[in-house]
Formats: sequence, structure tokens, C-alpha cells
Amino acid sequence: MSGSAGRQPTIRRVSPSATHRAIDAVWRIESTRLIAGLTRIVRDVAVAEDLAQDALVAALQQWPESGIPDQPGAWLMTTAKRRGIDALRQRVALERKRQLIGRELETLRQLNQPDLAAQVEDVQDDVLRLIFMTCHPVLSQQARVALTLRLLGDLSTPEIARAFLVSEGTVAQRIVRAKRTLAEARVPFEVPGRDQLAERLSAVLEVIYLVFNEGYAATAGEHWIRPALCRDALRLGRILAALMPREPEVHGLLALMELQASRLRARVGPHGEPVLLADQDRARWDHLLVQRGLVGLRRAEQLSRALGPYTLQAAIAACHARAHSVKETDWPRIVALYDGLAALTGSPVVELNRAVAVTMAFGLEAGLELVDSLADEPALRGYHLLPGVRGDLLVRRGRLVEAGEEFARAADLCDNDRERELLLSRAVACRV
Amino acid sequence: MRFMVLVPGSSESEAGGMPSTEILEAMTKYNEELVKAGVMLAGEGLRPTSQGAKVRFSGGDRTVIDGPFTEAKEIVAGYWIWECASRDEAIEWLKRAPFDGGVEIELRPIFEADDFGEQLTPGLREANERLRRQTAHN
Repeated sequence: MSGSAGRQPTIRRVSPSATHRAIDAVWRIESTRLIAGLTRIVRDVAVAEDLAQDALVAALQQWPESGIPDQPGAWLMTTAKRRGIDALRQRVALERKRQLIGRELETLRQLNQPDLAAQVEDVQDDVLRLIFMTCHPVLSQQARVALTLRLLGDLSTPEIARAFLVSEGTVAQRIVRAKRTLAEARVPFEVPGRDQLAERLSAVLEVIYLVFNEGYAATAGEHWIRPALCRDALRLGRILAALMPREPEVHGLLALMELQASRLRARVGPHGEPVLLADQDRARWDHLLVQRGLVGLRRAEQLSRALGPYTLQAAIAACHARAHSVKETDWPRIVALYDGLAALTGSPVVELNRAVAVTMAFGLEAGLELVDSLADEPALRGYHLLPGVRGDLLVRRGRLVEAGEEFARAADLCDNDRERELLLSRAVACRV
Repeated sequence: MRFMVLVPGSSESEAGGMPSTEILEAMTKYNEELVKAGVMLAGEGLRPTSQGAKVRFSGGDRTVIDGPFTEAKEIVAGYWIWECASRDEAIEWLKRAPFDGGVEIELRPIFEADDFGEQLTPGLREANERLRRQTAHN
């Protein structure tokens, strides 16, 4: 795991005493709820995060002496609000001459309310509101991901930078700009109403799945999988499923992630090389996650008649999870599920996956025909898995020379070091 | 990191009695918090040892001992499985559990399969696989 020490905000600690480690743990548990609760009051995530950080600094100063309070969450909230009151009083005093103090006075009144953190239901709703805010469409997708990981995933800026292979400066800037955009657009701190919910929820799910996928099959870099990112996404998915238990696609996405994550440790070999589904030692799959995935899928299916895209993908993953081997997999069912998914999304990537399933269910010729029909698909231009899949089918057809060319082309297009090595080795194998 | 939290039995749990409404409510609320934080992966209560059994191994002999077992302190009455970032986080969560009366709750990190490395023989792997197959179909 990425560990407790690396996850924390930029506070320098003299000695990592037991108290400091305990404060780290309290912070991990409380920070999101704290920031969410404060955002409701001050209506600005940047200010809320600052106040939360102030409270953390106060805890680091006081708790080693006083001990950790019985209700650390409430203590942090009270302290943060007190800081907020002090800061606002100063501003009100400064701006009294002008007429801009209406909103500040209202915030001041709110901060003086009795401790709202004690009302658990409210706080949970705040966390949900915060997710919808950090995944708001007014932000670019990169900004949504960075801000969500920062405020809800408890990841530090350097950790986010490492996760997406960009510089810390870039991430820091992205986050600052995102907060400013939210403030300028006056994005309300609320769960969207019925009319917008489906669309806005799909933006939230997209952010979580994007984080998961970057851990499950890194688009670039030297590692093929990054389990810590998968765990971060799973945690967000689990939180969301608990907060929106009636939403089928929330359970669908969580089930999909649990089922895919169940294969993580079988997905890499001893030297970090990718191990594809067909070659995985299925005994190494994580049974607990398989169980959770299957239960989650059932819940998603019960909640909705028409299965959404994540639930369909989870159902496909479940076909693999239930199978003892590639041969015993229910491929015709997978093809049928891909049919549904293709109809819903119209995505050429789905078509490509469907072609693989068709090969397994109905034979090489049918699969190759489908893959060939995708050759001129503009959306797949530059997508390494198109030649990758074609190469795979050609090998099985015995057309090794063409297959080798396809693998070489795929390797050229692939940005992930480990995956490229695998593709190159397959290209070489075709020449022998 | 995964943790197992072991809840010991008591004379009440051994008598098969249900906890008071008050305790049940507190526990439900606590479980909800764990779920809403994405921490709880699994958790179950166990029936009294009077419905269980022990098997004693000695050379080739197998002796079956029916419950109940007397040392209530050594009896597990329930467990949770948690996913936490660190041992400290797990401890912090456990501190918030609604227990009382001097009871001690034990928390243990779970071995991940990778901790065993290549120790598993192909036969053992196969057996594991069969087991997985059976549980996945339940």
C-alpha cells in the first residue's frame, strides 16, 4: 500500500511518534468529511481545505501534549470553524468600509452554529455533495480526477503527480485552477436534482473508473499495474455505493472494479511482466473480491431492468470470475453481453472486445472478419490493441508473418514499457 | 492492507442470547460508518460453541470434540475484515467501536497471497482453485 506516511499533507514532522502516526490515521478517516462539512458552510473548497489544514496543524501541535480527544472528528471541525471565524472577522473588519460584507456575515453566522459535525447523516450527505462538486462538468476531466483524488482520496499532490506521470507543479496548478473555476462558476454544493442526476452521476463514475483503469492497465510508464491506484478507486466506489445504495450503475461500477481487481495479483509475473487472462493462474485470484463483485452485480441487476454500461461490463467480468478456465468460459453469453454494451455505447473499443469474444464463441474466421471490419475505424487509429488483437488471431490461424507485423505495429503504438516488451517478444516469436 | 478483527465471546453470546437493542443499534451504526468509509469488506457473527465442534489431531488419530467449550475468553464470537491504508488506521477505527466492560478486541493483519510467494505447490494451487470455484458459485 502506498502507506500512511506518504499520504499526508505537507506537514513536516520532527519524529514519527505513536501520536503522530495516530494523527495520520485520524486525518485519513476524517479529512474528507471535514472538508465536505466545511465546504457546505463556506461554499468554497479552497477555503474549506485551508481551514481543514489549519485544524490539522493545530492537532499536530496540541495532541502530542493533550492526547487525542475522544471525538477527534468533532474536535477538528470545531477548531477549523474557529479558525474560519477568526479569518472572517478580520476580513469583515477590513471591508467594513465597503459594502461587500453581506455574504461574509452570513458565513460567519453559519460558522457560529452549534457543531453540525455531530449530525452524521448531514455529514454523509456533504461527502456526496463534495463528490458531485469535484466531478462537476465545468472542470476538465484531468482537473476532476486531480481534485477528487486530493479531496476525497486523501492523496497528496506528489502522489497524484506520480500516478499520472506529470510534474508536481502541473498537478498543483491543476488543483488550484480547478478550485478557482468552481468558485467563479459558483458551482452549488449540492446533489443534482432528478433531471440532471443521470448525467452528473455518469461523470462521477467516469472519474472513479478512470483512476481504477490507470491502476489496472497503466497507459504509460514502467509498471503495467499500479495496485494502489486500484485501491483508491475501489475505496471511492465503496463510499459512493454506501451513499447512493439505490443507484444500479454505482453498484455496477463497484462490482466491475471488484471483479477486475480480484485478478490483479495474477496479472503480473514475477518480473513485473503482464500475464493475460488466458495465462493467469486462477488460483491466485482474490476470492473475497470475487464474492463482493458477484454480490454487487446481483444488486445492480435487481435495481434496474435495463442494465447500464458498467453493470454489463461487470456481468462480462463475472463470466470470467465464474469460469475455471478460458475453455470453460461462457463465451456465447459474453458475446450477448457485448452486443448489449455495443448497442448502448456504440464504442469501437467495445466492438474490438466483442470480436475477441466472438472468436472464442464462434471460431477464428468470424472473429477475424469482425476485426478486419474495424481496420479503418478512425477512433481506433493509434490504439495498440487493434493490431495486438489481430496479431493474436493471426497467430492462431497460422499466419505468422502477418501476425509478427501486427505485434510490431502494436508495440510501436504502446506507451507502457511492460506491455510493449510483451508485444515485442510476441513479434520476435512469430519470426522463428 | 487487510485486517481481521476478532470479537471474543461472552457468557451471554455462549448462552445464545441476542445483544440488547441498545447494543445492536450502536453496532449497526458503527457498521454503517465502516461501510460508508469503504473500510468494511466482510463481517459475520458466529453461533455459540455449543453448535460447533473441535477436531483434535494426534499422529494419525482424529478425535471429534463437540461444543460447548468452556473458556469463553478464547472463543471467537464474530469477525470483521477491513481494508485500511495502515495498521494505525485500523487501530483508529477499532478505537471507535462501541465495546465496553474491559473486553479486548484483537486486530491482525491478513497475509496477502503474495506473502507466500512460490510456496504453494501446483497441487495446492489446484486445490485452492477448486475451493475458489465452489465458493464463487454459491
